[in-house]
Amino acid sequence: MDWEILIQNILNALQWGSFYALIALGYTLVYGVLLLINFAHGDIFMVGAYVGFFFAILFTGNSFLQLPFDIPLWLVFILTVVLSMIVTSFVGVTLERVAYRPLRRKGANRLYVVITALMCGLILENGNLALFGASRRMFPELIDKTIYTFGSITISNIKIMVIITAFVAFIILELIIRKTRIGMAMRAISYDRVAVPLMGIPIDRVIVFTFVLGSSMAALAGVLFVTAYPVLEPYMGAIIGWKAFIAAVVGGIGEIRGAFVGGFLLGFIEIFVAAFFPSTLRDLIAFSLLLILLSMKPTGLFGVSRSTKI
Amino acid sequence: MSFLQINNLTQRFGGLTAVQDFSFDLPRGVLPGLIGPNGAGKTTIFNIVCGFYHPTMGEIRFENKPIVGKRPHKITSLGIARTFQNIRLWSEMSVLDNLCISQHGNLGYGLWDAILRTSKYSAKERDVHQNAMHLLEKLNLQDHAQKRPKNLPYGMQRRVEIARALASHPKLLLLDEPAAGMNSSEVEQLIDLIGWIRKEFDITIWLIEHDMRVVMNVCERIIVLDFGQIIADGPPDAIQNDLKVIKAYLGNIEE
Amino acid sequence: MHFLRKYQYWILYILFSLLIVFGAHQEWVDAYIQLVIMYIGINIILSSSLNIVNGYMGEFSCGHAGFIAVGAYVTSVLNVWLFASDRIFGPAILGEYWALILFPVTLLAGGLIASLVGLLVAIPSFNTRGDYLAIITLAVNYIVKSAIENMQVIGGARGFMGMRKVVNAMQDVWDIPWMMVFILIFTGLTVWIIWRFVSSTYGKGIIAIREDEVAAEIMSVNTRGMKMTAFMLSSGLAGIAGGLFAHVLGYINPGSFTIMKSTEVMVMVYLGGMGSLSGSVISAVLFTILLELLRPLQVFKWVVIPLMLILLMMFRPEGIMGNREISDFFPQKSKRN
Repeated sequence: MDWEILIQNILNALQWGSFYALIALGYTLVYGVLLLINFAHGDIFMVGAYVGFFFAILFTGNSFLQLPFDIPLWLVFILTVVLSMIVTSFVGVTLERVAYRPLRRKGANRLYVVITALMCGLILENGNLALFGASRRMFPELIDKTIYTFGSITISNIKIMVIITAFVAFIILELIIRKTRIGMAMRAISYDRVAVPLMGIPIDRVIVFTFVLGSSMAALAGVLFVTAYPVLEPYMGAIIGWKAFIAAVVGGIGEIRGAFVGGFLLGFIEIFVAAFFPSTLRDLIAFSLLLILLSMKPTGLFGVSRSTKI
Repeated sequence: MSFLQINNLTQRFGGLTAVQDFSFDLPRGVLPGLIGPNGAGKTTIFNIVCGFYHPTMGEIRFENKPIVGKRPHKITSLGIARTFQNIRLWSEMSVLDNLCISQHGNLGYGLWDAILRTSKYSAKERDVHQNAMHLLEKLNLQDHAQKRPKNLPYGMQRRVEIARALASHPKLLLLDEPAAGMNSSEVEQLIDLIGWIRKEFDITIWLIEHDMRVVMNVCERIIVLDFGQIIADGPPDAIQNDLKVIKAYLGNIEE
Repeated sequence: MHFLRKYQYWILYILFSLLIVFGAHQEWVDAYIQLVIMYIGINIILSSSLNIVNGYMGEFSCGHAGFIAVGAYVTSVLNVWLFASDRIFGPAILGEYWALILFPVTLLAGGLIASLVGLLVAIPSFNTRGDYLAIITLAVNYIVKSAIENMQVIGGARGFMGMRKVVNAMQDVWDIPWMMVFILIFTGLTVWIIWRFVSSTYGKGIIAIREDEVAAEIMSVNTRGMKMTAFMLSSGLAGIAGGLFAHVLGYINPGSFTIMKSTEVMVMVYLGGMGSLSGSVISAVLFTILLELLRPLQVFKWVVIPLMLILLMMFRPEGIMGNREISDFFPQKSKRN
C-alpha cells in the first residue's frame, strides 16, 4: 500500500474513531462512577443528533417556526452544538433520576439497573420511531464543505474539525477529572462507593454531573456525526452505541484514557479492514478481533483488574 | 509417607512479598496453628495450599503428590478442604445442598446420568444426600437442613461451613479463623468441636487463629508468621515465651 | 397406580399435547391461534434455555439470538438441501419419508452446532465475568449475524427460504400438523432436561457458581467444566428452538437474530424470575400472548414492553416466581428429586 493511501486511511480512521471515542468516553464516565453499563448511551447519541437536527432546522428557518431574522450558518452550527449538548444532558439526567436512581436507592442488584438501562435505550429508539416515523431526515448543511487535497489525499474541513474537537473534548475532560474537585470526587467514587458519602461528598450531585458530562460528549458526537454524514434515522444510535461500548471495554472501561484509545482503535480496525477486505466483512472482522483482544486481556488494554480477596 | 510438605514457598503480588521462603513439614495427625499479626500472610498460605493462588516460587507435596499449579477443585478431590475467614456459604441454597455440593468432586456421575436418572445417578445421589444428612446429625444441625444459611445465627453458620468442608471426607482440613466473631461460650464449643472432629474422623487439622484460647487449647505446634516469614516454630509453651513473638504482636495477645 | 403417580406430569403433558394436535388437525381453533401456541412453545424453550445461564448460573448473556440463528440456519439449510427442491441446492435428495424421520435429526444437528458456537462464550467465561462477559456475548451475537450476512450461498442478508416445502413433504406422508407436534415434543423435552439438570446435585453446581464461584471451585466444583456444560446446553437448546422457529415461519433472515431478539428472550427470563424454571415457562406464555395482544399498537409495542420491564425491575425485580418453583407451592409428602 503506498504512502498516500495509507495516510488517507489514517485520516479516515481518525475521523471515524473520533465518534467512537466521544461516545466511549460517556460510557466510561458513567461506568467509572456507577459501575453501570449505561446501555441507553448509544441512544443518547441518537437523541443528541435529533435534538441538533431540530435546532438546526429551527434556526435555518426550515421548520414551521420562522424566525424574524437570519442567523449566519456558522452561528447556527455553534448554537446547535451547544443547545444539543444542554438538552441532551437533560435527557441523560432525567434517565438517571427517573430510572436509575430509584433502583440505586433501594440498593438493587446491579444487574437490574443494567437491564433498566437496556430498556431505556429501547424506549428511546422505539419512542422516536413511533413518534416521528421511520422516514430518514436530512441534516441541513451548516458548514461549507471545503476539501483540501495533498497529492491524492483528500480531507474535508469537517473531518479536521471532528478530529480536533474530539481531542479538545478529551483534554478538557482529562482536566476536569484530574484537576477539579468534582473530578476528584468522581474518581473517589469509582474506587470506593461506600466510603465517599461518609466523607461528606454529595454522591447524587457527582453522579448527575457525570451524566451531564457523558451525555454532552454523546450529543457532541451526535451533531458532529450528522454534520459529516447528514442522514438521521431512529436506530442510528443502536449499532454505533454497541460498537462504542465494545471499544470502551477493549480500552479498559472505567478509565477515560482507555475509552479514548479504544474508540480510535475500533475506528482504525474498521477502516483498515474495509481497505483490505470487502466491506460486508468489516463488522465481522472488527468484532472478531475485539473478541480475541478481550479474551487475551479481559480487563481491556488500560483496565485494572479488580481481584477477589478471600 | 509424608503428609503435607511445603518447601520454600514465596508469594509476590507485584511489589509486595506476602510470603517469604515458607517451609513446613506437617505429619499426619498433628494439629498445628498458624498465627501472626494481621497481614502476616497466613490466609495467603492457605490460599496457595488449596490452589487459589499459584505461588511465585516453591513447591507443595500432599501425600507425596505435587499440588502446585493444579486447579483448586482437583486439589480438593485429593483430600484437602477448608473454611474461610469470611463465611462463604451459598446463601440461596439449603444447608443440605451446601453439604451436597461440596461433594461435587466425587459425585461419580455426569450430565447424562443426571438427565436420564440412571441407576448410577440414583445410587450416587442417595449416597451424597445420606452422607450430608449423617454429617448434619453428628453436628446436631439436622433440624436446619432445609434452611438457608443466611437465616441462621452466625455461630451456627460457622458450624455449617465446617460441616460443608467435612462432607467431602478430606484428609486435611484447613480452618481459617473459625473463632472469628464468636463469644466466649461459642469459643468453648468450638474448642470441643475441634477435639471431637479429630477423634471422630481420621483427619488432620491445620488452624489459623487469632484467639489464643483456641490456639493454646487445641494446637500441638505453633508457627508464627510475621511479614510473610516464619519467626518461630514450636510447642505452645515455647511460643508463649518467645520474645520475637511477643514483639511481633506488640503485646496484643488475647488471653 | 405407582406408575401413574410417578409419571403423572408426563402423562398429563402427553394428553394435553394430543388434545392440541387433534384440535389443530380438526381445526377447532384457527391457524392464528395455532401459530400463537407454537410460538409459546418456542419461547418456552428460549426462555428456559437462557435461564440456565442468566438465571441459575447468574451470568449476563445478552447474545442468545446468535445461537438461535445458528440452529435456524443449520437445520433449515440441511432440510432444504436434503428434502426440498429449490434454486440453490437443486432437487431434493431424499424422499418425504426421510423428511419426517430425519427432521428431529437435523434439529439436533442444528442444536449441536449451536452448542459448539456456545463454546465461543463458554471459554472466555472461565476468566471473565459480569459486564465483560456480557460484551463477549454481544460480540458473538453480532459475529454470527454478520457471518450469515456474508454467506451469499445461503442467501446472505436477503434471507433463506424453502422450509415450507420441507413441512409440506412431511405432511404428504401423514397429514397432521407436524410443526405443532415437533414443537410440543421438544418443548416438553427441553423442560424435562433442564429440570433434571438443575435439580440434581451435579446441576446445582451452577447455582454454587452464581452464589460464590471462588468457594465453589475450592469446594470441589469443576467450575470450568460446569460453565462449559451450562453454556453448551443453553445454546444447544436455543439452536433447536431456532430450527423449529425457522420451519414455522418458512423464511429466515439474519435481521431476525439481532440484539432485539436477544432482549426479547432476556425479558422473558427476568419476567419469570432468574433461577425459576416454572417462572420461565409462565413468563414465556404470558409474554407471547402479550406480544400478540399488543400487536395493534405496532411500534408502540416496543415502548410498552421495555417500560413494563422497567417497572418490574423497580417493584418486583425477582420477577413472577423469584427463584421458587411451582412445586414449592404444592409441597409433596415425599420430596424426591
